[in-house]
Amino acid sequence: MSELPAWAAVPAAILLVVGSLLAVIGAFGLLRLPDFFMRMHPPAMGSTLGAGCVLLASILVSSAVEARPVLHALLITLFVVITAPVTAMLLARAAVHRGARRTREPG
Amino acid sequence: MSGLLGFAVTFASLCFALAMLFATARLFKGPAAQDRVLALDVLYMNGMLLLLVLGIRSMSAAYFDMALLIALFGFVGTIALAKFLLRGEVIEP
Repeated sequence: MSELPAWAAVPAAILLVVGSLLAVIGAFGLLRLPDFFMRMHPPAMGSTLGAGCVLLASILVSSAVEARPVLHALLITLFVVITAPVTAMLLARAAVHRGARRTREPG
Repeated sequence: MSGLLGFAVTFASLCFALAMLFATARLFKGPAAQDRVLALDVLYMNGMLLLLVLGIRSMSAAYFDMALLIALFGFVGTIALAKFLLRGEVIEP
């Protein structure tokens, strides 16, 4: 295994650190916030921007390894971007339907 | 794998493992069923990202297909569970 060139390794490292920090902060918010509608928000940060950062890092590293543009990780990005709002909307509707309570009223 | 990218890969693996641990804690703790479904959603998303990081570590393309499959089946599972919570059955006539 040869070493990657620096133009791919440094941005990939930064993107990996940023994406994983976003994911762990989102999961921590999921664990700590008091009610369901608040808990829906933080993981979305990890699953949009965090997944985007990690997939961009994956594209950079695989392109540098194969010495040609390897773009198939864009498929996962596209799929995640399409499916995350659908999941969030159906879960929120299920929670409203099942009568989930807020801890504090808005306004 | 060494140097800056190796450190970043190790750090990202630990962070995603910690995120999966938090999601699992919410999965066991969640007061209502929708909390558990949301925790399952976060769990598969972080597992998929962890597989991508392992793919960067080993520089092979095999992990990419596993990550795509996890994304597909995780989405289908979450949608089925949310639909079940919403209607009481998954596929309506």
